[in-house]
Amino acid sequence: MNPSLSPSVPNLLDEALGLGRGGSAPWRVALVQDCVETSGAFLLHHFLKRALSAEGAGAVVFLALAHPFSHYDRVLRKMGCNLSLQRNKNKLHFIDLLNLEFPVAGQTGQNALEVGFIGLYNKILRSVEASSLRDDKGGWISIIIDDVSLLEIAAHGSVSHVLDFLQYCTTLTSELDCSLVVLNHEDIYSSEEEIRLLSHLDYLSDVVIKTEPLATGIAADVHGQLTIINKGVFTECGRSMNKVHNFQFKVKDNGVDFFYPGSQF
Amino acid sequence: MADSISRSLRDGCLEGEHAPALIIEDSLATPLGPSVFDHFLANLVSQIAAGKSQASGLVIVALNRSPSFYIDLLVRKGVETLLVDKWIQILDCYLDPLGWKNQVQPLENVQKPIMKETVVVFRNVRDINKLLSLIHEVGKGFLGQDKARFAVAIDLVSSLLRYASLPSVAGLLNNLRSSDQISSVFGLMHSDLHEPRVCMALAYVSSMFASLQPIGSPGNLQWLEKNYQKARLHVRLKRRNGRVKLLEEELHLDQAGIKFVAIASENAYVNKSLLPKVQFNLQLSDQERVDRAKVILPYEHQDNGEAIQIYDGRRSLPETRRDPQLVLPLAVPAIPETETSSGKGEIHYIRDSDDERPDSDEDPDDDLDI
Repeated sequence: MNPSLSPSVPNLLDEALGLGRGGSAPWRVALVQDCVETSGAFLLHHFLKRALSAEGAGAVVFLALAHPFSHYDRVLRKMGCNLSLQRNKNKLHFIDLLNLEFPVAGQTGQNALEVGFIGLYNKILRSVEASSLRDDKGGWISIIIDDVSLLEIAAHGSVSHVLDFLQYCTTLTSELDCSLVVLNHEDIYSSEEEIRLLSHLDYLSDVVIKTEPLATGIAADVHGQLTIINKGVFTECGRSMNKVHNFQFKVKDNGVDFFYPGSQF
Repeated sequence: MADSISRSLRDGCLEGEHAPALIIEDSLATPLGPSVFDHFLANLVSQIAAGKSQASGLVIVALNRSPSFYIDLLVRKGVETLLVDKWIQILDCYLDPLGWKNQVQPLENVQKPIMKETVVVFRNVRDINKLLSLIHEVGKGFLGQDKARFAVAIDLVSSLLRYASLPSVAGLLNNLRSSDQISSVFGLMHSDLHEPRVCMALAYVSSMFASLQPIGSPGNLQWLEKNYQKARLHVRLKRRNGRVKLLEEELHLDQAGIKFVAIASENAYVNKSLLPKVQFNLQLSDQERVDRAKVILPYEHQDNGEAIQIYDGRRSLPETRRDPQLVLPLAVPAIPETETSSGKGEIHYIRDSDDERPDSDEDPDDDLDI
């Protein structure tokens, strides 16, 4: 076993999300909601590394709209995770969507956008299928989308098509052992009409993770704060209680430190 | 109050009347709507199982959660696994609402959830007319006896509104209510996904509208966390005669489920909000109420040993002006001269009942079915 891939000691984030040492999550859909001042990309890196960890025996289907593979490879390498190796082992299915643009509706028919999203959904299904065909098959599959706002741009601003697509991704979590993690930005929606995408995503998710700057301003040792709203999901033994967590973080090259306010000197 | 909603859903409708319809409304600030929906759903299914409801079965239109979720929920609430299939039918609009799965190659070598006979998949939610006819078709399984009816639960009306226009969704609810095969309809909607007019329009086509509101004013994280466990339920009940009744209750969510708790100042709050704004007090304060109770009414019998006198107009006349021909009825005892020496009449008033305040808003004929 590669020691660099051994799961780290559970931190505040994992505890707040109810993640144990295994790869499975007690929730199905997580929404990472960030803002310009405090990017939430480090959380996707954290989920990616965690899902690919050896003990987790999980697989990841990564829909990259924001950066190319080389970017994630470099970041994760510093965190002790070799993405190229994981891709060769069929544990990581990287779907490069940097140049994704669906045909404009009307040019090739009324449902051109829908056909485009069905094609993307099909790609995810084939990746999930390939993951379940691995030699050490089994384990949890994480579908990660970076990020939804770019999906909206590719769809020429059609919120309803993006929501339909996300609805289908969500149904996969009911049918299979998998979870969905999506990133979206809080501060790019101004009018009431547009903010409905965020509200829809909020309702769709079981966990909302918000990254915000410190209320007291920029600090050298603290890069921002996280608010985690764990809405509670039905488990076999009944309903787990809802919980709201709040703590601060510091992003480092090889990982992230999470700590309660005032506990870092 | 929650009991009266459950009763309405259980009792269904009278011949020739629209079926009662309940819309539950929540928001991101008070996201307990699904739990309240589950509460009424489980309650109705247990009433159906016990044979106490007008409906002989329930059709669940699942848009928000998978069919297996509802089967697990009912089993967890104590309905026997075998009987769940007997009392409910699920119209699955969740797993493939737009028919995409028919256009892609299905997953191979992946274990799929077992589909039961009670689950019917609907792959074109945009077609509301088809949805209506399918609800009737699925519900036919319950209509063995004459005049049997079934109930319909739509787990998320907001999802329907994403696929179809407001008039067609309102039309669907109206058609369900007016059907002679349906005993009651209920559903959930998220208010912050729609314009206020959408919520109002659906409130018009329902007979009960339950809105979840946060307790206290928005604040810190503790307030947010509290809202995941507690909320206030405002209910508007529309009576057959057109009267609208406003009720309010608090609900608490814990491991066991939802508990409804009456608010101590419920009546005071509701009455206060309904009163017109005037320059004088229509309500008494507690101190004024106590003072009023202490006042001894001049004509009220004080139970101080004196004989009870029933007023007789003729006898109250002065002795000299009495009609000499008048013969006193035997039932009335002779009154000593000393007691009537004042020469004034007395009225003894005994109130009928202390249970009810004179201005009580309760309609005594409320339960009559005329």
